[in-house]
Amino acid sequence: MTVGGDPAAAASGPALGTVGRLLPPLGGLVGFFGLWEALARAGLVAETLLPAPSGLPAAWLSELRGGYWGDAVIGSLSHYLSGLVLGSGLGLALGVACGLITGLETTLSWVVRVLRPIPGLAWVPFAIIWFGISPVAVTFIIGIAVFWINYFAALGAVRAVERDLIEVAQAFGHGALWGRLRKVVLPAALPGMLSGVRTGLGQAWMAVVAAELFGIPGIGARMMQAASLLATDLVVVYMLTMALLYGITDTLFELVRRRALAWQP
Amino acid sequence: MAAVATLDGIALGFGAGPGRALVLEHLDLALEAGQFVAVVGASGVGKSSLLRVLAGLIGPTAGRVALAGAPSRQRRPIGLVFQEARLLPWRRVLANVELGLEGLALPRAERTRRAGAALELVGLADYAERWPYQLSGGQRQRVGLARALAVDPDLLLLDEPFGALDAITRASLQDELLRVWERTGRTVLFVTHDIAEAVYLADRVVLLAGRPASLAGSWTVDRRPRDRGSIELLEVAEAIRRQLARSMPPTDRAPEYQI
Ligand SMILES: Nc1ncnc2c1ncn2[C@@H]1O[C@H](COP(=O)(O)OP(=O)(O)O)[C@@H](O)[C@H]1O
Ligand SMILES: [Mg+2]
Repeated sequence: MTVGGDPAAAASGPALGTVGRLLPPLGGLVGFFGLWEALARAGLVAETLLPAPSGLPAAWLSELRGGYWGDAVIGSLSHYLSGLVLGSGLGLALGVACGLITGLETTLSWVVRVLRPIPGLAWVPFAIIWFGISPVAVTFIIGIAVFWINYFAALGAVRAVERDLIEVAQAFGHGALWGRLRKVVLPAALPGMLSGVRTGLGQAWMAVVAAELFGIPGIGARMMQAASLLATDLVVVYMLTMALLYGITDTLFELVRRRALAWQP
Repeated sequence: MAAVATLDGIALGFGAGPGRALVLEHLDLALEAGQFVAVVGASGVGKSSLLRVLAGLIGPTAGRVALAGAPSRQRRPIGLVFQEARLLPWRRVLANVELGLEGLALPRAERTRRAGAALELVGLADYAERWPYQLSGGQRQRVGLARALAVDPDLLLLDEPFGALDAITRASLQDELLRVWERTGRTVLFVTHDIAEAVYLADRVVLLAGRPASLAGSWTVDRRPRDRGSIELLEVAEAIRRQLARSMPPTDRAPEYQI
């Protein structure tokens, strides 16, 4: 019972387009590693200064067999997820609340101006004093790193909800705060809030490594140990591991986001 | 005939203090059951404000709004249709029509059934699972009408619902609205700035004019079905136009001399 053309089908193009789209970034990646390998092989730089990519799989395998790689990934992922969920959740919640209640936003405006410019890393001393060298401290630092991004994204998105749509909610029996929020404000603000969360996905990985440098087990801590032994090939292995984890989280999130926003043309 | 809704000595002002301007004053209007009433008036005169007062979206500064229907948890007293359709873009068509039913004491299946029936009534049953962006302007407006009908209202309020449509779509939607009205027997208050549209659709046309605005005339049109070009309609439209010109404040009036 389809009526008219499906605009989605028209946009995606023929199957050959997929290969065509994937080829250039793949080529870029191959070129990047090729150039790096060539530089390392030419002997222009010492191996500890720039480990050759061809040596990385072996380094990774031994790290994997020793169980270090798995532990580091699991440790960091759990820090990442808990910090991300906590920081994004609280940031979005406060942003929505301030977007809805003008009095709250005015009251907090200078508190925000005081706290906002302090980077997550500056909180490390307090994180350690409050929570010790523990996963909670890392979660806290990561949480702060994404909190503000999400706060401002939600605040802006809620502010931008059309008054006309709020009137629709009122006219159809959802004028009370909760109804208005659930039926109109949150769905209308969702695209803006999700772009905030997505920006936070990358910021949070940076914070993970930085926070773990202080000795909480994870990728950052393992990188620090490897660096102190001048095992630069391991440092690179973990750098690439992080890149991979970021790539996976961002891709997964983008899939979820597209689904959630299927209503957008 | 019993009045479905009554406006009694309504005044409406925005803002406070000395800068406060009255938009409506001394406004009385009774809507009789099953009647199709059109409100015409220049843009900015206060037509939308009048509808908002009737719908309970804003409280009047003075006067009384009385709705006759008994309160119910299964229906709403009023269904509202806006000029720009105002569908919720994140809901599919059927879910948009269900919006007004969601606050009522109805089982889910009954909600879906009633929304489906309303879509059927406006001829869009096949579009239930579409997103709003996939609809034309006229279709969107029909979904807006279905959303208002689904709550089973005593009173249907339409605020220049066809004002943004092209002439051909507008004419076909006017006929569709008449068909729906005849089938459902609702009381309709239809706001428009188009006098020809008002006299083609309504049993009674009232003119809103002045600053602050009040009712400046009322005309009845009897015969149905109607012919858009009939002398009778043209005469009523001309009478309304003359009255409108008379009730304009002097500054808005065209100069009385010609060069
Ligand atoms: N929320 C509001 N605050 C202040 N003035 C308003 C508001 N809504 C409407 N008005 C004023 O009331 C007058 C009537 O507006 P409106 O009812 O929208 O007119 P119409 O629908 O006839 O074009 C206009 O002068 C408008 O500026
Ligand atoms: Mg208006």
